[in-house]
Amino acid sequence: MSGFAVYTIGIVVVLVLAAVLCLFRIFRGPTIADRMVGVDIMGILFVGITALTGIIYKLDFLLDVAIVLALISFVATIALAKYLERRTLDD
Amino acid sequence: MIDSTSLTAIADTATQVAAIAGMNLSTLDIIGYIVIAVGVLFDLLGAIGLVRLPDVYNRLQSATKSVTLGTLGIMIGILIVEGFTSIGIKAIICGVFLLLTAPVSAHALSRGSLRFGAKMWKGTVIDSYGKDKLGGPQIETKEKKDEVA
Repeated sequence: MSGFAVYTIGIVVVLVLAAVLCLFRIFRGPTIADRMVGVDIMGILFVGITALTGIIYKLDFLLDVAIVLALISFVATIALAKYLERRTLDD
Repeated sequence: MIDSTSLTAIADTATQVAAIAGMNLSTLDIIGYIVIAVGVLFDLLGAIGLVRLPDVYNRLQSATKSVTLGTLGIMIGILIVEGFTSIGIKAIICGVFLLLTAPVSAHALSRGSLRFGAKMWKGTVIDSYGKDKLGGPQIETKEKKDEVA
């Protein structure tokens, strides 16, 4: 394993650490809005992780997976925000 | 001052150091991996802000802006490293899509959480939207009570 591979895998490990911090906010968030923010940010981080994995292993279909992941994350966040807007605190 | 000749000298030195270490890296590869590392640093700082800041609006503001810019930096770095191949073109399309859609989803989330009733932090100065549309500013007044999760 060359030093170059160590560098790229270290970068992916830092991104996974950031995703674990988002997971902490999803578990601990006091309201449901905090959890939705964590899910949104974790989706964007997974797009970056997938694209970096694609250039490490030279697999160009992983970039297609990254584009589709960005699309699904956007639609899911809009749907969750609409759900949040219709609901009140004393339901 | 940093001018183009000194930048070229720095890049040549980095290429020679990489060649001594047994790696074949061109100047564009080194610039691209530096851009990717800066993007990953922005991502990590945004995630730390998501954990540390006090209420949902501060968390959204910190995390959305820096994570969007960091992921765009990763995509630009991939374009610099790979050139205009299929991987590079797909990466920059994905980055532009994220740059267009992440602010839209952040705005929808903040509007939804304000309508939902999530209170702002008690040091907040002004809330004009809540004063106009929701019948009073949505700033928490007392010490933090236990909210229903």
